[in-house]
Amino acid sequence: MEGDAGWLSVLVAILGGAIRVSTPYLFVSLGETLTEKGGRVNLGLEGVLVMGAMTGYATAVLTGEPWFGVLVAGCAGAMLSLVHGLICSLPRVNDIAVGIALFIFGTGLAFFLGKAFINPSAPRLPSISLGGWSDVPQIRSALEINVLFLVGLALALFIAWGLRNTRWGLVLRTVGDSSEAAEALGYRVNRVRIAGTVAGGFLSGIGGSYLSLYFPGTWNEGLSSGQGLMAVTLVIFARWDPIRCFYASLLFGGATALGPALQTVGITANYYLYGAAPYFLTLGLLIYSSSRQHALAGAPGEVSISR
Amino acid sequence: MDQTRMNRRGFLRHGGNLVAAGTLAAALPSLVAAQGAVTVGFIYVGPRQDYGWNQSHWDAAQKIAAMDGVSVVEQENVPETAEVEKVIQSMIELDGAKVIFGTSFGYWDSLKKMAVEYPDVLFTHIGAIWKEGDPENVVGYRGYTEEAHYLCGMAAARMSKTGKLGFIGSKPLYFIYNNANGFILGAKAVNPDITCNVVITGDWNNPVREAETTNALIDQGCDVIIANVDSPKVSVETCEQRGVYSCGYHSDLGALAPNGFLTGAEWNWAAGAEFMQAFLAGEPYPNLKRGGFAEDMIALSPFGAAVPQDVRDEVMAAKQGFIDGSLILYKGPLKDNQGNVILEEGESIANSDTPFKLGVDFFVEGAIG
Repeated sequence: MEGDAGWLSVLVAILGGAIRVSTPYLFVSLGETLTEKGGRVNLGLEGVLVMGAMTGYATAVLTGEPWFGVLVAGCAGAMLSLVHGLICSLPRVNDIAVGIALFIFGTGLAFFLGKAFINPSAPRLPSISLGGWSDVPQIRSALEINVLFLVGLALALFIAWGLRNTRWGLVLRTVGDSSEAAEALGYRVNRVRIAGTVAGGFLSGIGGSYLSLYFPGTWNEGLSSGQGLMAVTLVIFARWDPIRCFYASLLFGGATALGPALQTVGITANYYLYGAAPYFLTLGLLIYSSSRQHALAGAPGEVSISR
Repeated sequence: MDQTRMNRRGFLRHGGNLVAAGTLAAALPSLVAAQGAVTVGFIYVGPRQDYGWNQSHWDAAQKIAAMDGVSVVEQENVPETAEVEKVIQSMIELDGAKVIFGTSFGYWDSLKKMAVEYPDVLFTHIGAIWKEGDPENVVGYRGYTEEAHYLCGMAAARMSKTGKLGFIGSKPLYFIYNNANGFILGAKAVNPDITCNVVITGDWNNPVREAETTNALIDQGCDVIIANVDSPKVSVETCEQRGVYSCGYHSDLGALAPNGFLTGAEWNWAAGAEFMQAFLAGEPYPNLKRGGFAEDMIALSPFGAAVPQDVRDEVMAAKQGFIDGSLILYKGPLKDNQGNVILEEGESIANSDTPFKLGVDFFVEGAIG
């Protein structure tokens, strides 16, 4: 009897956790999809995420307006990614190396500038209660959904549609698949790629602000435990498809929630393993997606990992 | 002209010596120190205002800086590598520090090394792991925070409506076990049927997992939560948002949760001033010290607004019990949460029995997890 309730609550907790934890993965993976569709890899999105978290939090502390923080976080992310885009436009620059440099630079800068904001509390982003129909408090709390999650879902649909059905999407994909073809058609390859990278950075910055302004809703130097980097892997798993990015983000979020959910019902053996579940998932997915049958199906032709 | 290459540190050191020699009695540094112009260095592993471990040391730094004739120099975010040796060197050479508070466990080897190099400087460490053969100018001290957790547990059990508490631990280490046991034993002292879900996160600092764990505990019906992590800020704020009670750890977190904060278990690292004064006065001092409320080495956070007066009185009476020795933390009959007998009826462990406490690797009955 009690066991059943326990297992049900584990499932509910994983569901709630998936919704709570997935949003940064979703935004960063959507951003990376845009970047990679244009033919570049931006490994610096982890740094962009942390920078977004810091600037969003700092802005919310200073102005008392969390939504303004989200906007500033997006702009900070766009600025950092602009640096990546510009440097990678120079001849013979390796975008992976620039990305790693940006990753370290972004986190370092955020730690440096964010020191003063570790102590103060920022106002949090509001959430929408979608669980009013249920009288089970666990389900209600699981369905306290942040607006950014819904925005992310809408964005995933919109980007999927836009890449397929709009002129912009077509240009981005052309540039990403064959720069020669794009040049022959008269498109400025670097300009399009920079635009894709900057848009990706904007989204990743917003993903960072979700971390600092909603869940877990704080700023300190251990805030991101590699979500930005994992989201980059997640894009490969999702085959550069925004809708699949959404599902993959939920999966990663659920994996993160697995450990705490099991431990609270008393299953405490091997909690280090549960804690590492998202990382195992990343490794497993990379191995799976590198197998011969489905290797890099859907990968943009110009992305340096597929060249 | 001297052509030896001089680095910045060396230049400043020699320049500083010249100025000192030219102006006042540089020949009598110990006298100057005794008269109260003492510089004390605090080295933190993270940001000092983290509402957590580092802040507990910053609290001490502020208390010590308020003492007559003491000035404090601080350095934050010093990793547990050779970096800390450079920081110590610069505090001693440039700032003239006579006492160094190394506030992270992993500084131990560096502190010992520098203590040999600078025998006229006192080094304190928070692990209380000094042993015979280590330099005499190194001190280890640490509070029995389990006593403060006992008081938190009492308040928690009085305030809980569901009879279920939550304890979030970072790593399975002896003091985390002791703190959890203190919390549970205190709770059971006022409500023998209470249970406590114990979750170990495995990390000192992982805000996402701490928030997720806090949410999961609340979903399980726990309505008072205490987190033994580097900074319980996330957990306390999440509790406040979800409308359940929370207790603090390390430093005073009351400001973060005006509605739900009950009280918290704090360190009193300023107790290290005792060694400092003895060292500067040339008097003997212990190299190793542990203590609880009786030795004033730990503290209880001010009560939150939610705690009614009768609960406050009950908790403060128990605190007095720790001070006068009438309240014993581990006493029989006591079982662990697997049902094994730890202490028989009539057996008890002195509150100051450090060897026993170092060996604690069980949760007491009432812990789930």
